[in-house]
Amino acid sequence: MKISGWGRFPQVECVLTRPRDRQDAEAHIAGVDGDLIARGNGRAYGDSALNRDATVDMRGLDRILAFDPQTGQVVAEAGVMLADLIDVFLPRGWFPAVTPGTKFVTIGGAVASDVHGKNHHKHGSFGAFVDWIDILGADGEVRRASRADNSELFAWTLGGMGLTGVILRAALRLAPVETGWIRQRTTPAANLTAAMDVFEQAQDATYSVGWIDCLATGADTGRSLVMVGEHASLDELGAKERADPWVQKAKSKKAVPIDLPSFALNPLSVRTFNKLYYANGKRQAGSSLIDYDSYFYPLDAILEWNRIYGRKGFAQFQCVIPLDASYAGLQVLLGAISRSGQGSFLAVLKRMAAQDSRFSFPMEGYTLALDFPMRAETPALFAELEAIAIDHGGRFYLAKDSLLTPERLRQSDPRTEAFIQMRKDNGANLRFRSLQSERLAL
Amino acid sequence: MTQTLLVIGARSDMGIAVARTFAAKGYAVQLAARDSASLADNRQDLITRHGVAVSLHDVDALDLDSHEAFVTSLPVLPDVVVCAVGYMGEQRRNETSLDEMAKVMRSNFEGPAGLLSVLANRMEKRRSGTLVGISSVAGERGRAANYVYGAAKAGLTAFLSGLRNRLAKDKSGVHVVTVLPGFVYTQMTRGMDLPAKLTAQPAEVGEAILKAVEKKRDVVYVRPVWQGIMLAIRNIPEFQFKKMSI
Repeated sequence: MKISGWGRFPQVECVLTRPRDRQDAEAHIAGVDGDLIARGNGRAYGDSALNRDATVDMRGLDRILAFDPQTGQVVAEAGVMLADLIDVFLPRGWFPAVTPGTKFVTIGGAVASDVHGKNHHKHGSFGAFVDWIDILGADGEVRRASRADNSELFAWTLGGMGLTGVILRAALRLAPVETGWIRQRTTPAANLTAAMDVFEQAQDATYSVGWIDCLATGADTGRSLVMVGEHASLDELGAKERADPWVQKAKSKKAVPIDLPSFALNPLSVRTFNKLYYANGKRQAGSSLIDYDSYFYPLDAILEWNRIYGRKGFAQFQCVIPLDASYAGLQVLLGAISRSGQGSFLAVLKRMAAQDSRFSFPMEGYTLALDFPMRAETPALFAELEAIAIDHGGRFYLAKDSLLTPERLRQSDPRTEAFIQMRKDNGANLRFRSLQSERLAL
Repeated sequence: MTQTLLVIGARSDMGIAVARTFAAKGYAVQLAARDSASLADNRQDLITRHGVAVSLHDVDALDLDSHEAFVTSLPVLPDVVVCAVGYMGEQRRNETSLDEMAKVMRSNFEGPAGLLSVLANRMEKRRSGTLVGISSVAGERGRAANYVYGAAKAGLTAFLSGLRNRLAKDKSGVHVVTVLPGFVYTQMTRGMDLPAKLTAQPAEVGEAILKAVEKKRDVVYVRPVWQGIMLAIRNIPEFQFKKMSI
């Protein structure tokens, strides 16, 4: 059947199978001749989880196997989603220690992409909270890999895009919380310098993220709202929140039922931005209580929001620029984006901490992400943006990528050769391949 | 007091979904299947998610002689039983192999009828309980595409109807629910090209069964659209129907 990543580009005819449990998965994979790739909930944007002859949908492995209320460690199959963990464990006082901007990702996908969230500057990436994984390798053996055992395999699998093997199970630590509410403070920043100042001063905050208004140019370039958040304690709740400390009241989901023309999202997001920006400009340092769903997953409330970009889909550009070059690099990038007139009107900005990892995306600096509807000129624009990022020592997030070339990947990330060598050494290069790994010659 | 659910055929996708739905409501769960030890991960999942007691039980639906002993071996007689036992086979083979035909008949009709008979008698003695049989719209009319399976399910549907009638008449306190799921995305239908609007996820079957049990419904379609479809199909005159391929 024809499948795609979240960006709906590319859409490719793939043989998709869905094993129903661990035994079934092992037997099924053993029966696959040639190469294959595991797929979670399809939230990587591009072609990371596409293989024409054998794409293995892991969502049937959805069992939560154990939980230790002393340590917060949960053991679960790879197809369990963060949404499931929140449903089950938030009412018991636990929340994912790291979460990306959607809760509809599987644990296997989160490990393979080593996803990050709004607390990367403080707590690191998803992998920092993974104690071990069970992974099926190219030789058909299942190994438990951790920082102590099979540590090489463990390290390469975090951020390894499913190219080291099929993740079957993981043990990860959740973080204790007192409520499901977040105390949010929004600070308007007049330009990029001001926005980065807010981030640098918020280094002790648990969560921070910025929205950049991509329409602002000249002296206003980088005009932003920076939102800082903390898990609210019980005594910080008002009467309304206290009546529902774990945010259990069901909220209605709005689906985007049809493919909207690609400009639909943008005027809406700009109006929202402007309203918030000027409202906060008037009463400085707006602080509010907001439920975890609205705070972490605003777009999840609009199911299938990816359809808003129309049938041709979209691509997301996400790079990280090292700290000493962040300001210069972001200025040039924002200038090029604004000149192109093609991007979404909002971009997401986030401070990242240094991270010791083999092939994961994050490094100390600033990451910028925004969407582009897929058009004929989009690949050329991406090439331009990628060149700017590379000039400033930046690199790219493979979970979002659909357009990078092997050359630009190697220019941006000197770790690539070691990743390829590792795959040759253990045979993974012949067994685990995606359209992305083929495109990037990994 | 904690209610207990018994799922027979607990390895099936619908069986798992039913167990999850009822566990979320606080039911203790008995999972019964052949080689039930292999359901250990499912047991752990129900315990971890919902904090309910879960036990595993071996059962062989095709071995009628074992049914009394199976029910006796349960730690408690359940409040709700969902029988998700079934086997479709392949129509071509069902036409040519009498062994295969018999296996389909016995898996969908004789086996479930045997187990439900034993459970019905025990519940009648206790004077409470709900029995849920998962039958099929395929049993509403025999079609060339799957009439062996359909005939077995027609037998089960008639059996459930009669059992319900018997238990309702003497005010036994025991209720019988017939479930006609329509198309469902399961192991059994994997690889089939199913129309999305007519095809339910296993979780929908779980929800529909929980609701039917709570509301003491008699016959339920999981997706309401099937009620109209089957009404239409049942009413096509036979002289026309025999020439159609649906």
